[in-house]
Amino acid sequence: MTIDPGNGAVMLAAIFLILNAGLSMALQLGFVRSMLIAALRMTVQLALVGLVLKVVLTSASAWLTFGVMGFMATVAGYEIMARQERRFAGLWGYGLGATTMLLGSAIVTVFALTIQIGPDPWYAPRYAIPLFGMTLGNAMTGIALGLNALTGEVTARRRGIEAHLLTGATRWQAMTPAMRRAATAGMVPIINAMTATGVVALPGMMTGQILAGADPHQAVRYQLMVMFLIAGATGLGLIVAVMGGVIRLTDSRHRIRLDRLRGS
Amino acid sequence: MRAPARKCCGVASHGDVHPLATNSSIVWARGQRRLGKVAEKTGLEIRRLTSAVIDVTDIAVRPGAPVALVGRSGSGKSSLMRAIVDLDLNEGEIMLHGVSRSGMSAPLWRRSVVYIPAEPGWWGERVGDHLTGPDSSEARSALGLDHIQPDQPIDRLSTGERQRLALALGLAREPEALLLDEPTAALDETSRDMVETLLDPMIAAGLVLMMATHDPEQARRLGLQRLEIDGGRIRGAA
Repeated sequence: MTIDPGNGAVMLAAIFLILNAGLSMALQLGFVRSMLIAALRMTVQLALVGLVLKVVLTSASAWLTFGVMGFMATVAGYEIMARQERRFAGLWGYGLGATTMLLGSAIVTVFALTIQIGPDPWYAPRYAIPLFGMTLGNAMTGIALGLNALTGEVTARRRGIEAHLLTGATRWQAMTPAMRRAATAGMVPIINAMTATGVVALPGMMTGQILAGADPHQAVRYQLMVMFLIAGATGLGLIVAVMGGVIRLTDSRHRIRLDRLRGS
Repeated sequence: MRAPARKCCGVASHGDVHPLATNSSIVWARGQRRLGKVAEKTGLEIRRLTSAVIDVTDIAVRPGAPVALVGRSGSGKSSLMRAIVDLDLNEGEIMLHGVSRSGMSAPLWRRSVVYIPAEPGWWGERVGDHLTGPDSSEARSALGLDHIQPDQPIDRLSTGERQRLALALGLAREPEALLLDEPTAALDETSRDMVETLLDPMIAAGLVLMMATHDPEQARRLGLQRLEIDGGRIRGAA
């Protein structure tokens, strides 16, 4: 039997946020504004998502399903761009992160839906939207971190990379250390999550399923599958994003092109 | 001291003729590591070169007739050298021994025309990370760097040691042309003499050398022809 927490219980949980805000103000830690905005934003977003999901799940329309997923990808693409300290100028600023994130998430989600889960129709919104959302969200984080690390590395270590290029190294050889650091930065969250899952933390999805009354074994199976899919989508999108970033940060004459970053 | 110098650099022939190479038109095979055999070593000819800060025409650096690039700080000496090795965006026509830069891949061009910046960059943390190319032990020895160990962190070397190490590594690559950006600016007199002693016989043997320097005495000692740059343009030669 499932216990619905109700709106009152949800509001009650927000007491701790207010407590945090009070502590932050007392100790001048400076995160009150950003935390409260994030909490408010999450509340509005989730309330809207709840409404939209209700409509989408009821209608089971392909157009509506893909429309929602397209909207999610559009917003996530913007998030990647917004998280860059040094973003690419022009269309690349949005396009690189958004397309690679979409690529990784779409491939992995379609794979899971058609081969692993097999709902009818294969894009059934009850499965497609949560799976796509989870892979998209994690790919978004990984790619945002990876691209940020890549542009930061190339900017900070430009002289070293150019020294390597001056020996006759190709741009791929010279950029390998920066690519490695960028890929590591992007994969760290999911690697850490896999390491800690089940030992120091019970993942949100699995906890949610168990709280909603699901069998723990089934919740674990879903969680494992989702973690593998998330890692796959993040890695796939991240690798393509980092390679695309290297192509954009260099040119066919094996030069570093920081002028292609905004404000450079 | 002179023996390693000849081995390091200069006019030695590099390998066989590339099968696709002709004197007037050379097609470079992907991954080719050296300049193919050329009909005549005519040196470095900059017919036209423009970048955001450089606008020069008709500069020739012939084998054995090295050039001192002089000019105040910020006049464009380093920018000219960076543009020659295609490190900054530029347009122009540059030839090495009659072979056009535009027909060559950038890595092959930079293996042939070696540029050592005034403040060399390093991509690894330790000396050994940079010793993966051609054997540089003789050049390092000639420049008084025998005490440097591969496991030493680069940032523990003095500025002068780093400058000499970069020069040794550059010379070990047996460049067809060498661009040195104030190679002795951070060196004491003894180290400066080591560098000059190493370069002197190479110049005599036909090295194609362009060297930015603020030291007229050094230019005289090495027999460099003066080429003055100001505001990215050539002001005069003597």
